[in-house]
Amino acid sequence: MNFLRLMRYALWGIILLISLGVGLSVLGLLPQRDGQSVQSTSVPFATPFTLTSHDNTPFSSESLKGAPYALFFGFTNCPDVCPTTLFDMSERLKALGPEGAKLKVLFISVDPERDTPEFLKRYLSSFDPRIIGLTGSPEAIKAVAKNYRAYFEKVPTNDGKDYTMNHTALVFLLDSKGQFVGTIDYKEAPEVAHKKLVNLLKR
Amino acid sequence: MRVFFALLCSLAFISSALAHDYKVGQIHVDHPWTKATPAGARVAGGYMKITNQGDQVEKLLSAQTDISERTEIHEMAVVNGQMTMREVAGGLVIKPGETLELKPGSFHMMFMGLKKNPAEGESFKGKLVFEKAGALEVEYKGEAMGQKPQGHHH
Repeated sequence: MNFLRLMRYALWGIILLISLGVGLSVLGLLPQRDGQSVQSTSVPFATPFTLTSHDNTPFSSESLKGAPYALFFGFTNCPDVCPTTLFDMSERLKALGPEGAKLKVLFISVDPERDTPEFLKRYLSSFDPRIIGLTGSPEAIKAVAKNYRAYFEKVPTNDGKDYTMNHTALVFLLDSKGQFVGTIDYKEAPEVAHKKLVNLLKR
Repeated sequence: MRVFFALLCSLAFISSALAHDYKVGQIHVDHPWTKATPAGARVAGGYMKITNQGDQVEKLLSAQTDISERTEIHEMAVVNGQMTMREVAGGLVIKPGETLELKPGSFHMMFMGLKKNPAEGESFKGKLVFEKAGALEVEYKGEAMGQKPQGHHH
């Protein structure tokens, strides 16, 4: 009898430990909803990638090593958010002055079918020359977006003849060790965005 | 006194020149504008304030411009960092007494298949078609790429 009771306690104990373990690991694996509060770990945030730059040359994430960078997703058939973000990033780079020289800024197209390197090059000529436009195969873009927990989706227009894109409109900030630091929101106040970039450059 | 009157007249003239508004039936459209686009852009956004001064629901059914092959009426939102955009189906509803502002980050005209890129300081013609008030010719003013809608207080 005593033995059975002991067994029961032991079993309950094991079940408790297992559920606790499962619970914790699930919590740990849950995607972070608030980009600002993601804890940095010693492992670089993103896995390596190779895309094509607007100069029609391969661009490897290896070249980002040792430099803080800002990265965002968009497309050129975008009437507002993408040109505004590119414009704002150009203004922010200007505001950073020489200090901002080491910051790399990447604009990754989520519409690689239309955004050829040539087209990106022309489009980006309207912005700060430090901004690097990237495109690539739909699979490669998908993989990079997934890495940054960024979302994008094709949305056909009502007549079905054209499409537009829904996408994450955040600017991701990564430090010189490739670790995720935070994001700049589409409607971020200029002084807050500036402060975030100044802090990023110190890391 | 005469000088004051002259000043007043010139002020009235200046403000009416800047006001840039249009009226058809019970519909009042204030300051249609667009932003200069990046080089080679194939799309642009159009913005304005539409006021329904009547007592019936009005609908903006369609729009066109001299610079685009097509113009669609879109609704855009940025929620939790996600930008979503969709075409408004069945016309844009403006309730009696309501002023609807088409602005960046919200309802806007989407000029597609651009034949010419809007530039700062340049204007182009467009047409709006309302369900009850009918057609209205307007002129869109090209503003700077970084222009924010808050800058348009009259």
